[in-house]
Order: sequence, then C-alpha cells, then structure tokens
Amino acid sequence: MRILNLLKIAFKAIVLNKMRTLLTMLGIIIGVASVIAMLAIGEGSKESIRSTISNMGSNMITIRPGTDDRGPARGSGGDVQTLTLKNFEVIKEKATLLSYVTPVVNGGGQVISGANNWPSTIYGVNPDYLEIKVVGLQSGSMFTDAEVKSASKVVILGQTVVDNVFPDGQEPVGQMIRFDNIPFKVIGVLEEKGENTFGQDQDDVVIAPYTTVQKRILAIDYLNQIMGSAVSEDDAPDAVIEVTDILREEHKLMDNEEDDFTVRSMEELISTFSSTSEMLTVLLVAVASISLLIGGIGIMNIMYVSVKERTKEIGLRMAVGGKGSDILLQFLIEAILISITGGVLGVLLGLSATVFIEKFLHWPTSVAMYSIIISFAVCAVTGIFFGWYPARKASALDPITALRYE
Amino acid sequence: MSKEIIKIENLKREFTMGTETVHALRGISFTIEEGEFVTIMGSSGSGKSTMLNILGCLDQPTSGTYEIDGVSMKDLSRNELATIRNEKIGFIFQSYNLLARTSAIENVELPLLYNSKVSTDERRERAIKALEMVGLGDRLHHTPSQLSGGQQQRVAIARSLVNNPVMILADEATGNLDTRTSYEIMSLFQDLNKKGITITFVTHEPDIATFSSRTIVLKDGSIMQDYKNHKVQSAAEELAKLPQENH
Repeated sequence: MRILNLLKIAFKAIVLNKMRTLLTMLGIIIGVASVIAMLAIGEGSKESIRSTISNMGSNMITIRPGTDDRGPARGSGGDVQTLTLKNFEVIKEKATLLSYVTPVVNGGGQVISGANNWPSTIYGVNPDYLEIKVVGLQSGSMFTDAEVKSASKVVILGQTVVDNVFPDGQEPVGQMIRFDNIPFKVIGVLEEKGENTFGQDQDDVVIAPYTTVQKRILAIDYLNQIMGSAVSEDDAPDAVIEVTDILREEHKLMDNEEDDFTVRSMEELISTFSSTSEMLTVLLVAVASISLLIGGIGIMNIMYVSVKERTKEIGLRMAVGGKGSDILLQFLIEAILISITGGVLGVLLGLSATVFIEKFLHWPTSVAMYSIIISFAVCAVTGIFFGWYPARKASALDPITALRYE
Repeated sequence: MSKEIIKIENLKREFTMGTETVHALRGISFTIEEGEFVTIMGSSGSGKSTMLNILGCLDQPTSGTYEIDGVSMKDLSRNELATIRNEKIGFIFQSYNLLARTSAIENVELPLLYNSKVSTDERRERAIKALEMVGLGDRLHHTPSQLSGGQQQRVAIARSLVNNPVMILADEATGNLDTRTSYEIMSLFQDLNKKGITITFVTHEPDIATFSSRTIVLKDGSIMQDYKNHKVQSAAEELAKLPQENH
C-alpha cells in the first residue's frame, strides 16, 4: 500500500516533467542501445569468421612434413619427405580422436579439354576427403576405395575448373579431360564453395585418387600432407596431441629431438581470428559503457537539481506526514523508473539499430542475450546508484528549513 | 470541561548561535481545549514561529512538556513526529504550498497518501468531501494556476481537513490575501470552528484576532497576554460591510 502510493507520487512527478525526464532518459537510452548494437556487431563478426572457418572444416587437422634440421641449411616444409603412406596407415589405425583421415599429395598442372585449358592443382586423396573438407558433390559421385586401390584415372572437378574447361555449359560428368597429358574421366563436380577467408578460390581444384596422382603424375612415394577430421571441434586440440604422439613414436624420435612434422588444427586459426574480433568487441563495449556511465551521471544531475528545485515541496510533504524514508523512496523510485524505462527503450532502440545495420549496411550482427541483460542491469544499477545520493539528501532535510526554502 | 487538545507546560526552546544562546521561548504554559479558535499574536522575534514549529511537531522543545491529544512529544523520533503530523495536525501556510500543475483533488489527497490505512477509494471520497466543505466542489480538477489566491488557500484548507486532524494549525493563512478574500477565508474558518474543529491561528494582524475566541500574545519568548474574546466578530458580517467591488 505504502509502496503503491509512493509509486503513484513518483510517477506523477515524472509525468509532470515530461521533457526533463525524456532528456534524462536519452542518456540511458543511447547508452543501452549502443552497448547492445556494438556487442551485436562484435558478436556478428566473430560468428561470421567462425562460420567461414568451419566452412573450411573446423574439425580439420593437417599434418605436414616438418623442416629437416639435420643438414647445415634448413629446407622449407614440404621439401622433405618425412610423411609416408605408412604414417597415414598407422594414424588411421591408432588415432581414436580422428573420424576421417586421408593422405594428400598435390601438384600443379594444366587441365585440358578439347581446345580449352586451365592451370589448376590436382589433389590426390582418398574418399574421406569430402567429409574432412565438408564439401559435397553437385553432380556425379566420389571415387571408391577400389578405384583408389587400382589407381583409376578418374577426377572430380571444382566449379572454377569446370567453368574454364567446359565454357559452353556442357555436362562435365562422363567427359574425358587431360591433366598433364594423362587422360582422366570426370566422374563428379564439387559443390561451389567460393573464396575462403584468405581470398583463396576453393573451387579451383581437381581431385583424384592419391594412388593415381602419386604414381602417374608426381611419381613420388611420400605424402605432401595428411589431413584428418577430429571427432568434434572440442576434441581437435586433443587430437593434435594424439597424432603428434603417434607420429613421434612412428618416426622414432628421442625426447630431446624436435618434431620433424607439424600438426595443426583449425581451432588455432579460429582462436587467432576470434581474439582479434574480441579485442574489437571489448573496445566497442568500452566506448558504449562510457556513454552508459554518462547517462547515469545525467540521472544524478537531474535528481540533484530536482531535489533542490523541490525543496519546498519536500518540506510540505514532510509537514503533512511524509517520513524521511517516504521521501527517500519517492526520489529513488523516480530514479529507478527513469532508468528502467530508459533501459527498456534503449533495448528496443538497440535491437532496431541492429536490424538496421544488418539490413542496410550488410554487416553481420548477432544480438547476444547477455548483452541485453548486462546493459539493462548496468543501467538499472547506475540509476539506483546515482539516484540514491540525491534522494538521501532530500530525505535528510529538516522540514522547517525545507518549508522556508525559497 | 471539554477535552484538552494541547497542553503545554513551562515550554522552553533555546538555539545555540555560535557561542551565544538565544532563548526563543522562555517557559510558556497554556492549554487549548477542543473547539477553541485561538490566535497566537506577536511581532517578529516574539517566538511566534518557534511556537508554531513546536505546536506543529516540526520542532521539539529544549525543555518542558508538550502534549497533543494526550500524546507527549518528548523523545519522539523523526518518524513518530511525522506520523503525529499526519494524523493529528492539519497545516495551512501563508503561501498555500500547493503542488504546482497538480489538480485540487490530488493536492487535497496528499496527506492521505502518507497514511497507508486509507484506501484509494476512501482517499478520493474524503478529498471530495473536504473540497465541498470549503466550497470548491466544482473545482476538483483545477490546478493551482487556474485558481485565485483565495481559492488556492481554500484548497490548502481542504487539505488540512482531509485527515480529520484534532487541530488545524494556520501560519499567517491570510497574509497573502486582500482584505475581502481574507475575510472570506476567516468566515470559512469560523464556519469550520462552529462545526467543532479546533483552530490555532498564528498571525500578526490584530483584526484577524477579533474573529477568534481567544488570543495569546507573545513577546520576547513569553506570554504577555492570554485572553478570551467575549465579543467575537463575525467575518461574514464584516465582509458584508466592505464596499462592493465593481464587477
């Protein structure tokens, strides 16, 4: 009953000073809205980076041969031949945290079909490759394990290669092409993936069984890479450790010897990028928090002035029976009402700003629930905190002095 | 003998101004009975305001006893004093002290907002009744700026009546009004007094005192005179004697 009455009194005071209240609220509204919008931009860019990377296969783990430090000069990775088919087989057999694994050999060459040709890269892999890269076929089918075993001359083409060697829009599946003068039968076309985050065209590839590429094109018996896919994204770091242990044992490395290979997960890449965008988010939030703080000071300013301005009114309220605590509560409720209403409006404005940014600026945004909760909580707390001091001052007034105040 | 509303005995109030002690009230004793209309007179510096503050439970005496409606003021906390002001005293001020941009009825409701025993419906009902008593039944939703000075003071009087106080305490209630309007207000006070409401009226205007049944004159913190007014003048009659205004 008492609180209800005080609510009524506070509400009345707010309504009587609409303009002043609105201006005070504006600080809070802008503060809350900017926190929400800024966080939405930060979260959005983080999510977009994450989805780009997971498009590339976020569980992906790559094993490359390391540099050889036994000679006087270090060679670049890949020059050395420390990865073998046997390594692949051991990993496939022993690694428990990998769901897919494929050997990779690759080399550049010219794709030729009739009068058209296109320089591309051929990747020799096994059928697991599609799962690891998270890519499907738009037509045709993947080669089989049997075709790998028999080193069949079959290829899957990426869209860029198709566009360049079949410019007339012919159906490539079933056609014959030549890669480095070796004839291959096209049995499938990869789904389009577009450029990756680093601007590399993921569709400019030719995929063939690794046995075929090893024997018929590159004439090598080692591997350029081994690629695998961790059971889940969370298991990726453990999978890296597991694979490292298996390979060290396989390569018979002593404890004091460095790895002669490198194992990397996409997770590392993700965290590098995430930390950049996180820094951006922190910066944005810092700026937005300042405006929220200024909004809070705005409330304090207004409440302070309003206490001064209404000294006589406070005196009257006390004379007719208002207790100190009634006056304190009245002003506190006023501050809370202002900040909460401002907070709600701020949330609404923030959400519409986010929609606007997404729609018209085409920036990726993602509104995090926590940003709404945090900004709202901060605004409520600043409202109460900055409203309390002037309210306290009002409640401590001596009724006689307050009544005589002009 | 009727009930004693106010009982004051050897009341003293001292203020310390730096090293000097100012004796605002130097041992005052009197009682006010139910239904009396008392004016407290005195020039400035006589202790009138201090007396008023103590009577209104806004201030506490340095020594002596003060009882209102049988309740002793001694050692009451700020909150307890506020409750007494809320339930037992109706205040009327020289400058009306109405809430600006707030309707007459909401102004009158104000004291009841601080009394959680009164429900919303009862509050409204009592406010309307009080406004009708002061003749403003048709001005319920006017704000102070839409009312004349006299009407504003009537709203203030309604506000002082709304909590059914044991005593109305008026501080120079006619000080801001012209003669005609102040006689109208005094006539209203006389009507209310006839209905049994106890009124204590602090003023420095001698003609106002002639409308009351008893006058206490203060000087330098002591009572100089305390007399019953045997020939109470009727404010309504005095009003009739005033020259007619040209409308």
